[in-house]
Amino acid sequence: MIMSGDMKLTLKVWRQKNSSAKGAFETYQVDGISKDMSFLEMFDVLNERLISEGKEPIAFDHDCREGICGMCSMYINGRAHGPWKGTTTCQLHMRAFNDGDTIVVEPWRSVAFPVVKDLVVNRSAFDRIIQAGGYISVNTGNAVDANSILIDKPDADKAFAAAACIGCGACVAACPNASAMLFTSAKVSHLALLPQGDPERKTRVNNMVRQMDIEGFGMCSNTGACEAECPKEISLENIARMNREYVSSVFAG
Amino acid sequence: MNWFTAFLKSSIGRKVVMGLTGIFLIVFLVVHCGVNACIFVNDNGETFNKAAHFMGSNFFIRVAEIGLFAGILLHIVQGLLLWADKSKRRPVGYNKTAGSVTSTWYSRSMGLLGTLILLFLILHLKHFWVPSRITGLGEVMYEQEKVLNLYSEMKRVFSELWVVVVYVLGVISLGYHLMHGFQSAFQSLGWNHPKYTPLIKSLGFGFSILVPLIFAAMPLLMYLEIIN
Ligand code: HEM
Ligand code: SF4
Ligand code: FES
Repeated sequence: MIMSGDMKLTLKVWRQKNSSAKGAFETYQVDGISKDMSFLEMFDVLNERLISEGKEPIAFDHDCREGICGMCSMYINGRAHGPWKGTTTCQLHMRAFNDGDTIVVEPWRSVAFPVVKDLVVNRSAFDRIIQAGGYISVNTGNAVDANSILIDKPDADKAFAAAACIGCGACVAACPNASAMLFTSAKVSHLALLPQGDPERKTRVNNMVRQMDIEGFGMCSNTGACEAECPKEISLENIARMNREYVSSVFAG
Repeated sequence: MNWFTAFLKSSIGRKVVMGLTGIFLIVFLVVHCGVNACIFVNDNGETFNKAAHFMGSNFFIRVAEIGLFAGILLHIVQGLLLWADKSKRRPVGYNKTAGSVTSTWYSRSMGLLGTLILLFLILHLKHFWVPSRITGLGEVMYEQEKVLNLYSEMKRVFSELWVVVVYVLGVISLGYHLMHGFQSAFQSLGWNHPKYTPLIKSLGFGFSILVPLIFAAMPLLMYLEIIN
């Protein structure tokens, strides 16, 4: 059920037919928006209207709508996932805006994330970085008892915090260099901190950084925009850890 | 050495070079600032001229000077390459950005600030390095030893207002460059630790204000003839 409210908004949305089309902004007036709607529900209202008018609805990625899948990528008023800290677009509510506001919505911009359609970008570059080393190799067979390997609690906590990365790409989108260091470092850190990740530690960081460079992501200049925009508040400490891991894999590997 | 060139070409390797040369330049600044601060003794330049003479004649310091030029060059070339790389990573930009909410303007302007420092540096080398090492300079005698009179050269150079203004703007650029660069260098090298990073950040903040202030005082006080 879609609620209705009395907010009126002007939306400037990037429309692009496909990856090779040129694309441009289109302006829409939407009304009847409730402050309790999520940003995606606001788009649902607009899309229903566009469909009923026989027009092409705005394409955007979404899946879980509860802040855990990382699909709902869009740049809202100059911010990745909009103005709230530590939130994805699906968790951003319309009370973040005021009646009469103009909202500019654009896709992630990075050479490594080509636009597929409208606000949808192709983030498979992230998948290839994971495939390059974001795993551990284990023999199949009986599941090992979970407590057979003891892990220091602070390390377990840090690994868990790094593992919270949902691969949304907000870090790349917000970075002035379109760098993927925060994402890659979260994935490297998650496994480097755990004993299970230790055997492949050096090859992992080497392969993942190489893949990250091949994909065309930029270099980190430590502005911290990624950390500020990350919905899971992944820390810059992870980037420093990845740099250490990488340097030691190169010089002592 | 294949592995080594691969490292230098990698995104992290390039940042490690930036960080190492940046810290090297910071060390140089400490020495440079210390030696020049001798003019504040206000003894008609005797302490300063002697210190500068030591720096110019000591073998190890002359070797370090070659290292310094190499370091600056590496820092500049790599820095400008990093700067130029950005536009390739985001060929289509955003219509609306709110960068100032998520990062400081100076952290996003390192290439611009660096270029301003470079322009200042060229003028600065022309003022002091070229005459003292190449084209020659007047000398003074202290205890039977002839040394270059860099002090009187300083007074001459800093008697023009536009020069003083350019120097002050140059060190302001340096201050902002360091405001981000100091702590950034440690992060690039992987030195981030909950216990020490706050200390590094405070130290960097203090350094980026204090050092440019001391440097700015030199042309200003000379122009105003407070140091004479
Ligand atoms: C005495 C002069 C200088 C000092 C002390 C200095 C210091 C630093 C430091 C400490 C960093 C941080 C390194 C890092 O992030 O890992 C840095 C970065 C940088 N510097 Fe300099 N620098 C100086 C001159 C220059 C010049 C002349 C240029 C260019 C023309 C330049 C361009 C850059 C650039 C582009 C960066 C990279 C910024 C980034 O990746 O965040 N610097 N500098
Ligand atoms: S590090 Fe944060 S912003 Fe980047 S992909 Fe992971 S969750 Fe998203
Ligand atoms: S739709 Fe899954 S995180 Fe937003």
